[in-house]
Amino acid sequence: MKMNFNNPVLFKELKLRFRSPKSFIGILFYLIAMCIFVFGFIFATMTMSGTSYFRPSESFILFGLLAFIQLGLVLFITPGLTAGAISSEREKQTLSILLTTSQSSFQIITGKLSSSIAFLLLLIVAGLPIYSLVFLFGGISPLDFVKVFFFLFVTLLAIGSVGVMFSTLIRRTIVSMIATYGTMLFLSVVTGFIFLIVLQMTAFNHMGTGTPSPSMLGHIIASINPAILFASLLSQGMGDSISEMTQVKFPIWIGYLIFYLSLTVISLFIAVKKLRVNMKRSK
Amino acid sequence: MIEIKGLTKKYGQFKALDNLNLTLSEGTVFGFVGANGAGKSTTFLILATLLQPTAGDVLIDGVNIRKNPEAVRKMIGYMPDFFGVYDQLKADEYLDFYGASYGIPEAERQKLIPQLLELVNLSHKRHAYVDLLSRGMKQRLCLARSLIHDPKVLILDEPASGLDPRARVEMRDILKTLKNMGKTILISSHILPELAEMCDEIGVIDNGRLIAHGSVAEIQDKLRGERVITVRLVGQLDSAIAFFEEDPYVLNIEKLDADDGIRFSYKGTEEDQIILLKRAIMNNIPILSFMEHVTNLEDVFMEITKGAD
Repeated sequence: MKMNFNNPVLFKELKLRFRSPKSFIGILFYLIAMCIFVFGFIFATMTMSGTSYFRPSESFILFGLLAFIQLGLVLFITPGLTAGAISSEREKQTLSILLTTSQSSFQIITGKLSSSIAFLLLLIVAGLPIYSLVFLFGGISPLDFVKVFFFLFVTLLAIGSVGVMFSTLIRRTIVSMIATYGTMLFLSVVTGFIFLIVLQMTAFNHMGTGTPSPSMLGHIIASINPAILFASLLSQGMGDSISEMTQVKFPIWIGYLIFYLSLTVISLFIAVKKLRVNMKRSK
Repeated sequence: MIEIKGLTKKYGQFKALDNLNLTLSEGTVFGFVGANGAGKSTTFLILATLLQPTAGDVLIDGVNIRKNPEAVRKMIGYMPDFFGVYDQLKADEYLDFYGASYGIPEAERQKLIPQLLELVNLSHKRHAYVDLLSRGMKQRLCLARSLIHDPKVLILDEPASGLDPRARVEMRDILKTLKNMGKTILISSHILPELAEMCDEIGVIDNGRLIAHGSVAEIQDKLRGERVITVRLVGQLDSAIAFFEEDPYVLNIEKLDADDGIRFSYKGTEEDQIILLKRAIMNNIPILSFMEHVTNLEDVFMEITKGAD
């Protein structure tokens, strides 16, 4: 697979996306919502505490809430942006022509994915000035900030790749979207429930023995849940208590990284392989 | 230039293509005739590397589409029967995108685009959004797009479908220009007289099988069978019918709707036909006109698709 940075699909997609007023309106409303939330939170906190200042600890809570808002944004917007990447070309009857060009399947898939990721990154970057407000009040290190953004990027890359994969495999955009949202809900919500059930079952099985046994399955499930990861990033204690519950001393963020990067690679591989028909003789 | 050997495509038990064999030399303009669902588009999809054949091989300029589809894509320009366009791109941006998709350097693209737009008579629409172009203009733009990488072979699936008569004439003129440029063109169309006018060879496909292949004249002769002759008369209809009934080669005489003549099938040679006309005149049959109905490609099409859904 040759990486070509001069990707015509990427440039075409960006041109089309930013020619439409919808993108700018989307960014505008996102920023307005963020501003209302941040200034509302600061105002409400100061009013309730009866002080005229904002404490660093409160600033950290705001940072944490913003990080979860960004995570929610990534989880809910990415499927919408990527699950129609290929299927919408098919529905608009432009795909067959695109596939007869000399662009490689990898170029087409990465072009589609990159354009969606670029838009999401723009949303996140556009929100940075609002984010920077939390620095004014202290309580957050630049490393916290980098960690949150790095894992946001890993998450959107993986969900985006799953969206593009479903879009390649499924002919209709609506079905592809349902499949991608389903996957996202499984990863972010269902894994949380399964984690709790696994923990309960492990505890139940060892009731009366006095020594809790390690739950590898519980730890793996906890490692693929974005909400648990973000909680552990924002609070070291959260990561430690998960390890205590599962009796597995493997850092959650490493498990998360391995799982989501593998998901990205596998999804992109399937999308690239399935984009064009295999002209070789059927065995 | 194009060699199709034993090409077969099955969808479950249904054979969309059944052992299709065809060889076309460079510069040939080949017209594919057949009813809807006969297998024309399936053949074109396989040639365009968009559909996997069940059996058989296709070689384009010696390159096997199964072994090296990437090389084949560089040699072909494909225009599907139904296609969409990126509505928010301008005509020149549309061509520029596809030029870039074929790896053509930007400087070269900037020279090519005006030339292609001129070829398809769209120079005046260079900066117009594709969305705002008429259907005929979109068809021509798509044709220009298929030419951007200077392909040796053009595969045009119903390029004139849905066009008004003027747009059809414009499309036909462009195709004639491409023919003069020496491109090998495969074209399917239901606008059969146009195919007859511009094609060197015609292939008739029915139920996935190539049932006839040759020049337009050869195909017409092959499928013609009996001639149909129309004779218009000035009165004496009954005596004329009696006269023609005596000829052993005349069959199925019927009166014309306007009651001013007769029509019959004739299975004699051209010489016999001349003698028949001379005899009729000598017998004082008041003939106003004596006309053989020329079998055109439309008739051939109607004949071969008889009974098809």
